[in-house]
Amino acid sequence: MQQISAELEKRLGTAVEKMPPFPKSVQRVLELTRDINCRPKDLVEVIEKDPIITIKVLKIINSAYYGLTNKITSINQTVIYLGANTLKNLALSFSTVGILPNKNDAGFDIHHYLVSSLVTAGIVRLLGTQYAPGDADPTDCYVAGLLHDFGKVVFAVCMPEEFSQALALSANEHIPLHKAEKAVIGADHTVVGAMLVKRWQFPEPLVECIAGHHDRTQSSAMGECLHAADLIAERLGYDSNGRVSTERSAVVLAKRFGGDIDAVMAKLGDLSKIIDEAQMFSRSEGT
Amino acid sequence: MKFRFWGVRGSIPVPGPKTLRYGGNTTCIEVRGDDGTLIILDGGTGIFPLAQTLLREMPVKANIFITHSHWDHIHGLPFFIPLFIPGNTLRLHGAFNPVSGSGIEQVMGVQLQYSYFPVREAEMKAVIEYETLAIGQTVTVGDCQVTTTLLNHPVIDFGYRIECNGKSLFFTGDHEPYYNIYDPGDEAYAEYQALIEEKQAAVDDSMRGVDALIVDTSYTLEEYPGKVGWGHGYFDASIAMAQRVGAKRLYCTHHEPTRSDDDLEAVFAAVMARHAGQLNGLEVVLAREGLELEF
Ligand SMILES: [Zn+2]
Ligand SMILES: [Zn+2]
Repeated sequence: MQQISAELEKRLGTAVEKMPPFPKSVQRVLELTRDINCRPKDLVEVIEKDPIITIKVLKIINSAYYGLTNKITSINQTVIYLGANTLKNLALSFSTVGILPNKNDAGFDIHHYLVSSLVTAGIVRLLGTQYAPGDADPTDCYVAGLLHDFGKVVFAVCMPEEFSQALALSANEHIPLHKAEKAVIGADHTVVGAMLVKRWQFPEPLVECIAGHHDRTQSSAMGECLHAADLIAERLGYDSNGRVSTERSAVVLAKRFGGDIDAVMAKLGDLSKIIDEAQMFSRSEGT
Repeated sequence: MKFRFWGVRGSIPVPGPKTLRYGGNTTCIEVRGDDGTLIILDGGTGIFPLAQTLLREMPVKANIFITHSHWDHIHGLPFFIPLFIPGNTLRLHGAFNPVSGSGIEQVMGVQLQYSYFPVREAEMKAVIEYETLAIGQTVTVGDCQVTTTLLNHPVIDFGYRIECNGKSLFFTGDHEPYYNIYDPGDEAYAEYQALIEEKQAAVDDSMRGVDALIVDTSYTLEEYPGKVGWGHGYFDASIAMAQRVGAKRLYCTHHEPTRSDDDLEAVFAAVMARHAGQLNGLEVVLAREGLELEF
């Protein structure tokens, strides 16, 4: 954990409190998805209470892809048509992207951030399944990837001036964004991101994973997958508007993945499906 | 028209001495129109032995209809040998996946990735075409008409009805009979029941009066309560369905992978004993590899 002054901690705490709560419905869907035997009626109950997820799910089932002649109007009907498993996965994909602000004053590209986070999330889950089976839950891996950079959003919304200075510093001096944040603000997005997910009452391993994702000392299986995914996403052009540090990469990559970043990417093969999915989810967020 | 089973096993191939009579390959059914039109239902491992017989009738024009994207229904596709020979055409049909946002091309795409298969799609010599189908859509292939019906499985599953000059068959792919997700005391129970009955009636209509009804019958009545929500049917439900829709013959398939030939025959005998005198002319058959019907 980085050392920060009490005064800065208070400022960051205030910023975190200004962020919207993480929707309860999303929390519940995430909880339910951890249990393979979750009861469909519990899922329906959660989703029905969330008008945004409900509208999106109904939009998909009523879309031209299926050409249904009768309009589907309820989540219960959706269970009968799509099945509880498909509904669960749809809800999860929608619910996790519904918490972003529409605009910010820091010039931070929210859409690029969102696509980057979704791409990273997909890669962390893939790495977790392939390289850390049993050590890292795939759903937790996905969430870790999705939220690891959320601290940047907190900065963009609550400290727009300082954050835009940090973005400029990182670009002009060619230094990783988290170092620029530290120079300008005094703490980087890992600190504030961890504070936020803690407030959202996420499990401790996730909080630690987010807190340590640019930190050399951190080494849970999920953390290592997140680190590697971050590097891969950056290679693919999805860098969440900020360069990733590579200081500890060589050690981590060799130890868990048995090679350098090129070798890991070669083994993963074609990632275009993950990118296509990320693009689709981020578009479905727009309208 | 005629059809032949090339794979009748659910979930995973199970070769070995205990499955010699019914076969260990996963789902694949060859269907022929009166004019020889080739329709292949699902691309489980049964598609591999089928493919070898097709090398005698080049150029092959194969119309493959995928019920759903689970491995046991697609993992033979990359080994469909005609794909590697110029002049052949393969047209792959199936549903849209709402979670990934992809059409039926995804079932090839995911398998032909560098780490999992040595040949890329671009390197395959045959012409590969994709047609993502809507619910209730009918496509004409040769002298056959194929119509989709959305069934009940953890992923989107299409049942297919094939008509050819007045004869017909229906294949469910994987399907679990609809069940109420609420308990009888719940407020939503009655409303949900009404919705199920409406959907069930529409599904029944799509199978009405077929000459051959081929149904996912993975479990026994006794096993089913422990498998609710897994997306598969059981003997008694398949028989009830065949009787409701007035099918002439019922073929029970997607055999549970741990069931040996002897076990399969034993559970089937018990089911038939339980239904003795109540089948009203319905013929009930256990699907096995190599079984063929011309009608
Ligand atoms: Zn199956
Ligand atoms: Zn299946």
